[in-house]
Amino acid sequence: MRVTLTYTSREEIEVHRFSVWVTLGVPLLALFLQAFLPARWHFFSLFDLPLLVTIYFGMTRRSPVSGLVTGSLIGLVQDSLTHQPLGLYGIAKTLIGFAASSLGVKLDVDSPLTRLLLPAAFYIVHQAIYFLVARGLVRQTLDWPWLYTLGAALANGILAVVLFAILDRFKQRT
Amino acid sequence: MERIIGRYRSLTILVAVLFAQVLGLAVQVKRPADPAHPDGPSTRLIRLWVASAFTPVEKLFVGSSRWTRETWRDYIDLHNVRQENRDLRQQLEEMRIQQARVQQDAEQARRLQALLGFKEQFIQQTVAAQVIGSSGSELSRVLTLDKGSRDGVHNDMAVITPDGVVGKIVRVFPGSSQVLEITDQSSGVGALLEKSRLQGIVKGTPEGDPMLDYIMVDESVGAGERVLTSGGDRIFPKGLPIGSVTRVEKGHDLFHAIYLKPAADLSRLEEVLIITKVEERTPATDQADTPHRAADILAQRLPSVPSKSADPAAEKPGAPGDKKPPAPTPPPDKPQGVRQ
Repeated sequence: MRVTLTYTSREEIEVHRFSVWVTLGVPLLALFLQAFLPARWHFFSLFDLPLLVTIYFGMTRRSPVSGLVTGSLIGLVQDSLTHQPLGLYGIAKTLIGFAASSLGVKLDVDSPLTRLLLPAAFYIVHQAIYFLVARGLVRQTLDWPWLYTLGAALANGILAVVLFAILDRFKQRT
Repeated sequence: MERIIGRYRSLTILVAVLFAQVLGLAVQVKRPADPAHPDGPSTRLIRLWVASAFTPVEKLFVGSSRWTRETWRDYIDLHNVRQENRDLRQQLEEMRIQQARVQQDAEQARRLQALLGFKEQFIQQTVAAQVIGSSGSELSRVLTLDKGSRDGVHNDMAVITPDGVVGKIVRVFPGSSQVLEITDQSSGVGALLEKSRLQGIVKGTPEGDPMLDYIMVDESVGAGERVLTSGGDRIFPKGLPIGSVTRVEKGHDLFHAIYLKPAADLSRLEEVLIITKVEERTPATDQADTPHRAADILAQRLPSVPSKSADPAAEKPGAPGDKKPPAPTPPPDKPQGVRQ
């Protein structure tokens, strides 16, 4: 006899959508804040708001195509704010958007624990992809700051719990 | 085939999007490096769109917060201002005495330099700029300034504060520009130790600290020693402070890993100076029209420091009149490299 294990209730796999204003405005606001706030308060560069927004839209929409396109666009805009070649953040966020929406179908994404651990794990994976692409494809001599990455992953996980609760207010059920 | 693609639609699109981005990366990396145009036309366009969208909003936020701060400071928060004024006057008197002493030493040094045919770099022209944004990433330490090509800013211009070096311009848009900080892992600044005059290269670490590299392990370097620009990179004029040594460790191969504390507080920058013109010449023995040295000029050039000029236009930060007036006499021979 085959037993199927699932961690997802019927209600949990509900797909949500967002208005056009939220779909465009939230990523743009996240990108703007990411560029603006660290220039005033340097510690803010610890967070990756565009990544958290990518994860959130991926998990709630639960559409891999939508997730990867969102991640790709947000990543490319973020790339253009840096001096690195375009595509480093683009590739990393494309994969994260795809993975978040794929996992969104399988996990209870409304649980605070999931919302803490998943973004933290995705942050580490995101940084790993960035470094792999930067070193492997672009031949950049970057070193991996391990301790910093772990601390930043935790910080992003905590911020995600708060941010996702705020963004939940804009959800519309399909 | 169509069936397989239809079944794995998401994966197919993922592979296609990733392939397009990898291809884009390959094109950017393969493109011959032109220092004046590091991007290709297409990538440049995307960056231009993003800069055009973000810069006006950033300028608005920075401008309004500055206006609020200055209004509060200049008209409301005047507590203890008389006492502060008295203290500053006293300090000014002390500085005048000190300046007279230092000036005599400087004049003597310049006479000796002239006798030796020693060439020095002078900051001829600067543009004051405000920091309005950043890359927002620890992996790319880039700042956005509110001055661009319309203000005469070009790639590879040095960016400084009165305290020290900030970085160099890496990308210019019409109304804004991007500065690569000296703490970025891909940056490099020609540097020398103040006492021993040993030369190396300052670059960023993954943790975001500057590090002096290429100093041999058999050389003695002490904590606290100042590190200055060497002028060898042809971007930063010689003698600008980069930072001071905090610790010395064994580095790669036969070199020290010398960690520095930046002279300029890079985490709290609001206003900076872009050096738009540098000139090399031999100091004249006649001191009637003594030019300002790169290191001397810094403290007088920020908008927060009021100018004593009679021309009010010259006091406006970043205004077209924000230029150093002395008309230099070109050196009789071809400019040479900076001598150590």
